[in-house]
Amino acid sequence: MEPFTTLISRVVVLPNENIDTDQIIPARFLKATDKAGMGDNLFADWRYDRDGNPKPDFVLNRPESQGCRVLLAGDNFGCGSSREHAPWALMGYGFQAVISTSFADIFRNNSLKNGLLPIIVDAATHRRLLDQLAADPAGPVMVDLASQTLRLPDGSAVVFSIDGFSKDCLLEGVDQLGYLLKRDMRIQAYEAAHPAPVLTI
Amino acid sequence: MGHTLFDKIWDSHVVTQETGSPAVLYIDLHLVHEVTSPQAFFGLRERGLKVRRPDKTVATVDHSIPTHDRSLPITDALAAKQLDQMATNARDFGIPLYGIGSDRQGVVHVIGPELGLTQPGMTIVCGDSHTATHGACGALAFGIGTSEVEHVLATQCLLQTRPQTFQVQVDGRLQPGVSPKDIILALIARIGIGGGTGHVIEYTGSAIRSLSMEGRMTVCNMSIEGGARAGMVAPDDTTFEYLHGRPFAPQGAAWDAAVARWRKLPSDDGAAYDKTVRLDASALEPMITYGTNPGMGAPITGRVPDPASVTDAAQRRALDKALAYMALQPGQSLLGHPIDVVFIGSCTNGRLSDLQAAAQVLKGRKVSPTVRALVVPGSQKVKAEAEAEGLHRIFMEAGCEWREPGCSMCIAMNGDQLQPGQYAVSTSNRNFEGRQGPGGRTFLASPLTAAASAVAGAITDVRTMLA
Repeated sequence: MEPFTTLISRVVVLPNENIDTDQIIPARFLKATDKAGMGDNLFADWRYDRDGNPKPDFVLNRPESQGCRVLLAGDNFGCGSSREHAPWALMGYGFQAVISTSFADIFRNNSLKNGLLPIIVDAATHRRLLDQLAADPAGPVMVDLASQTLRLPDGSAVVFSIDGFSKDCLLEGVDQLGYLLKRDMRIQAYEAAHPAPVLTI
Repeated sequence: MGHTLFDKIWDSHVVTQETGSPAVLYIDLHLVHEVTSPQAFFGLRERGLKVRRPDKTVATVDHSIPTHDRSLPITDALAAKQLDQMATNARDFGIPLYGIGSDRQGVVHVIGPELGLTQPGMTIVCGDSHTATHGACGALAFGIGTSEVEHVLATQCLLQTRPQTFQVQVDGRLQPGVSPKDIILALIARIGIGGGTGHVIEYTGSAIRSLSMEGRMTVCNMSIEGGARAGMVAPDDTTFEYLHGRPFAPQGAAWDAAVARWRKLPSDDGAAYDKTVRLDASALEPMITYGTNPGMGAPITGRVPDPASVTDAAQRRALDKALAYMALQPGQSLLGHPIDVVFIGSCTNGRLSDLQAAAQVLKGRKVSPTVRALVVPGSQKVKAEAEAEGLHRIFMEAGCEWREPGCSMCIAMNGDQLQPGQYAVSTSNRNFEGRQGPGGRTFLASPLTAAASAVAGAITDVRTMLA
């Protein structure tokens, strides 16, 4: 995982509420046994027609969206299934942060484990950001994870919250499995003290 | 202050909780399927790690498996590769696999309880958001992503932040024609699809207590559609009766000891929840969804809501978009809307009692000639039991397809899918755009409603068909 420090980018706006993981990446693309090419199928049913041609009116297909690293979405982004293919697809496309007023729990967890930063802002900030981007679609935002700051195109800054553990993992680019592996002695002690309720073998 | 069922299970599974870090939570049972695990096993190989506890892990294949005759070859090369990969991973890492050909194969959330692997007081995870189903047995069960699947495979533990608790108290008695699916659809319509975010739901109240275990599973299953990662029901005599004698349930003296332990799990009197919602089961009608998320549901005698009456701009836009996708008009009656497909099955409603309910309606009736009706049992065991009762004959005589177990048209990964523009009444759990096939339109409902609608060829109130 690459360390996440600061990011300056234009923003793709997809203001719909409750964008579910079946929209982020439809289930038929879940037959892959690796993570390659997920970005090509991001928002596939909104992005391409039935013959696989890009729909010109969908935001990701507009020239100004190319190279954007930040997605601004409506409330409850990432609801639905537990598929980690959703953050893989977003990151495969090139997104490094998603801004919304809330995220579904599993999507949020999955994102943090892959270096995709979910930024929760309040409704007023969300509205201000939408308004500023409507006035100037090329307006960049700046994300500084260390100070947990999101700077809006007009230069104003808001502080977002993230738990300290996830923040440190993102800043250092380390994944959480290492933490668990280092607690092996404690896990052994737990197992010694707690007989298994059920064994599958 | 008393402790909730959730508190008791959580507290007894914390391996360590260090300042500034999430809890390290021990996992008693890890269920694995072919779709969300390949990249996790790849990660293990890359790091040279083993599966720490293959004896606390079990795998099956359900999502991408065809539901036609299993003796036929799998024509989808990607699905075949994924199924092969599951078999290879299970073999290489020593994990038991109930694969193609096993009499224990089935939808992962159907086989866990039916084998007695799911037991009260356990922590259970699976790379699948409907893992909440297992909470019906009084377990803390929740869905995880593939990175977390790798964490559990490697360490049998997860890093977790303690969620909040949410009591959903359902009292009263369900009226004829109204079923557990209607309870959960009514709840989600009430709290919205984000209403349970950050919370674990405990379902309480007399209506929940009087449900069968399979009914409780249907309710817990769709907790995630209300935003909650887990849903639970306190274990009671119904739970113990259900589990007794199942292949992995304790036996003899160990059974008695387990029941004594399980009886201590229910929430203490006066235990506090972070929030509570109450529903009156007596007042519920059969429910059906009209939109493109599970919160867009209404009593079946209701009408499609009018976006003009929605004050919140974002919600109005969402409803406009949903109705455009569904090609429904504001104010139109849901009853009588023509349908093309009926799907009876899934981890929500693919158990024996669900098939019995559908068969009760279909017995001596015919599926409308304009409707394709699929009945997909949740597991090989459900299929065998249904066939022993002759349910398959009722379905086939009515004109339904009687298929092999799997997730099938719930997620439409295996070729069982809607054609663009088709309408389905489905007993599954999600009506998202394209969920049952690109361009497909889904009405979520109970097995009773699905069966009645199959006969009429249109959305139908099953109460008009029950004697």
